[in-house]
Amino acid sequence: MKIYGVALLCACFLAGKFLGQLLGKAIGLDGDIGGVGFAMLLLMLAGAYLHRKQWLSRESEAGIWFWSSMYIPIIVAMAATLNVRAAFEGGWVALLAGGAATFAGLLLVPLLAKIGKDTDPDTKP
Amino acid sequence: MELLKNIIDKNGLIFAFLLVGLMMLISQVLSRFLFRGKIPGVALAILGGLGLAFLGGEKGLGDYPLFAGLAFLGGSMFRDFAVVATAMGADMGQIKKAGKAGVISLFAGVLVSFTAGVAAALALGYTDPVSLTTIGAGACTYIVGPVTGSALGATSEVLAISIAAGVVKTILVTIITPMIAPRIGLNNPHSAMVFGGMGGTTSGVVAGLAATDPKLVPYGALTATFYTGLGCLLCPSVFFLILRALAGG
Repeated sequence: MKIYGVALLCACFLAGKFLGQLLGKAIGLDGDIGGVGFAMLLLMLAGAYLHRKQWLSRESEAGIWFWSSMYIPIIVAMAATLNVRAAFEGGWVALLAGGAATFAGLLLVPLLAKIGKDTDPDTKP
Repeated sequence: MELLKNIIDKNGLIFAFLLVGLMMLISQVLSRFLFRGKIPGVALAILGGLGLAFLGGEKGLGDYPLFAGLAFLGGSMFRDFAVVATAMGADMGQIKKAGKAGVISLFAGVLVSFTAGVAAALALGYTDPVSLTTIGAGACTYIVGPVTGSALGATSEVLAISIAAGVVKTILVTIITPMIAPRIGLNNPHSAMVFGGMGGTTSGVVAGLAATDPKLVPYGALTATFYTGLGCLLCPSVFFLILRALAGG
């Protein structure tokens, strides 16, 4: 049943958010730190475990795949509801600060991507 | 007409699914026939969304009651839920391999964005450490900015600038990523994890990767999701103290 997959996804999602909140509290921040990341790791671990035990049928997995394929439409909805106008009204400081941060960050990707790659000859650059 | 409006008001989320479906369809058709597949349909749909957001205000199109469902669909609950679901297709081995690079890129990403933001603010005449820190934090993400600014007691003008800087970054990452992906070697899970740490804005990283190669989304999202937390942690504390010491205050 597809709902089993969806329920597993929900369980991982909520547990991850909980861990994120706990981590936030632990370092004195009112917020969720890496909740989505924890949820993703949980789902990967749980998915792999249940798959090995053959407790997760193809049909159940389809419930997760459905939501996985919905993120692009959701991102489009998100784009349409962003505060795009503020980005322009913030003036030159905002444009310059945001722009400089973006370019500096992206240009460093190839450099940092080298870390951990040297030890692994079979990954193509 | 009144009847139709009534139905949409009561079924906002369903209407939003229909709208997004139509937007995707139009973008795919434009991509295939107008741009001959040179610009991916997903990228066009996201750009179209950003363009439509211009018609509204703080919540883009969501400011109009008619499109309230769209704001709900594009809000953090559905976004996070769908992003978590993409983990199902991710390869645990790849993540372990890129783990170290991912963590380093997170710290480097926050530091680089903050420094770039502070430099921009300095260049345009801001000198007090509180404003500089707030704008630098805003250059990380539009959540780190206001969190840092409120903690330090920045003025509302500076807070607005810091949020705007973060939004500019999100939008730029969304638009630029598919264009420069081949040049920065963004075509494998390893570099996608590094990219998530350097880009930082979860929405920008996920949207940018979706337009580049949907298979890379889970890897970028995994690191990016820790970025805002790390920024909120470092900016108002370590970074602020360093700036204040440099300013001699």
